[in-house]
Amino acid sequence: MSQTSAAATAKKPGAARARSAAPPATRLLLMVATRKGAWFFHSDAKRKSWTVDGPHFLGHIISHVMLDPRDGRSLLAAAKTGHLGPTIFRSTNLGRSWKEAVQPPAFTAAPAAGSSLPARSVDHSFWLTPGHASEPGTWYVGTSPQGLFRSDDGGDRWAPLASVNDSAQFREWMGSAQDGTPDGPKLHSVIVDPRDPQHLYFGMSGGGVHESRDGGASWSTLVQGMEVVGGFDPNTITFHDPHCLRICPTQPDRLYQQNHCGIYRLDRRGRAEEDVWQRIGRKMPKRVGDIGFPMVVHPRDPDTAWVFPMDGQDVWPRTAPGGQPAAYITRNAGKTWQRLDQGLPESQAWWTIKRQAMTVDAQAKPALYLGTTSGELWIGREEGAKWQNIARHLPEIYAVEVAELA
Amino acid sequence: MRVMVPAALRSYTRELQVEAEGETLDALFTDLDRRYPGLRFRVVDEQGQLRANMRIFVNGLGVRDMQHGLAADDFVAVVLALSGG
Repeated sequence: MSQTSAAATAKKPGAARARSAAPPATRLLLMVATRKGAWFFHSDAKRKSWTVDGPHFLGHIISHVMLDPRDGRSLLAAAKTGHLGPTIFRSTNLGRSWKEAVQPPAFTAAPAAGSSLPARSVDHSFWLTPGHASEPGTWYVGTSPQGLFRSDDGGDRWAPLASVNDSAQFREWMGSAQDGTPDGPKLHSVIVDPRDPQHLYFGMSGGGVHESRDGGASWSTLVQGMEVVGGFDPNTITFHDPHCLRICPTQPDRLYQQNHCGIYRLDRRGRAEEDVWQRIGRKMPKRVGDIGFPMVVHPRDPDTAWVFPMDGQDVWPRTAPGGQPAAYITRNAGKTWQRLDQGLPESQAWWTIKRQAMTVDAQAKPALYLGTTSGELWIGREEGAKWQNIARHLPEIYAVEVAELA
Repeated sequence: MRVMVPAALRSYTRELQVEAEGETLDALFTDLDRRYPGLRFRVVDEQGQLRANMRIFVNGLGVRDMQHGLAADDFVAVVLALSGG
């Protein structure tokens, strides 16, 4: 292990526990997935210093690393290299050792009888989601090209969900790999309702927002109110491009969404005709706009959420607007937004944040975390009010997750 | 037959040259996967196609057809296409 810039006084995790009879010290783990490997950063509840552990899988393209919240120790990493095919690595000891999945996510080798759908191959696993608290060992993964897979054994063997992957309707909405984003169309934002393991959501870039109430056996589409690029028909599902969906943990009938065409909120009241997304991004400053990739929700307050806008004009530079990066927070479910840029570069900063590269912890006063395309890791203390750099010079950051260790 | 594997696959084989069997390239990779579990999927996708940026030479001749026939005394080299970044 070595230490990073903000870790000059880093203490060994768990040291406080040995000195007093106080309750076990909180141990936080930041999981940073990059284009060239994964890094872990350890801290305590104060989050003042961080100890770095890495690289893991140096040279591998790591799309996502997730801790299993049901045991607080198991990790999954979605990996490939520039040449080698995609796989999932698993660790049950916080990354001290890793084992490759016996059966990584893979589409069916032959289309169903009578199907004219072209066969597909997984390019990379993109979005890892632990299953419901009542289903230990269950995981979901969204892939590129778009596919949804499930594991019931802790990520060792993955099975495709035919209701999505082999559905002629979904395949029409997905289009081909060439119809997707430059680094491949993605199935992302796989969400499990904390009240019901059968209630699932996911988003497709592009291809809309979808939900299942029977554990993935059947799906319905949730795009009412979402806008599409001007000149196209919003009734055509393939034109919808949700970038990131989040569910409010303490009010699961509320969803937030960062979309290619704005920021949205959906409050569900149990009547399908009222499932209409509201574009809450219209209250963002006009010079900043409401385009971006990540969406972050408060761990307890469903009225509080964060975004990190990017430049979505003309050719879509996908940089901080004006080279002045900032998060924005709403504390009233999108009625108003406030800029949070204290400590971030004031000018000439042209990085951006990918959809999985911004998150929040669940401490009493939550901190935000973000990883930039230029390889910087930042903490936004006091709910993003004060930003401080944790690490620089990492490879391009794809995903940042934070978890409290068992 | 002798198979030369790239360093990127050494975590599976532990050696840069190994022995394996098969009457076609596809069968050869099935045998390699039996000997070194997980190796095949890193090189050959679920549709039986050689992955992009992977190259295979049989006795020095570039081959992409996984049904290409092999003889016991062939020398098969698995190579990563040269790339940057």
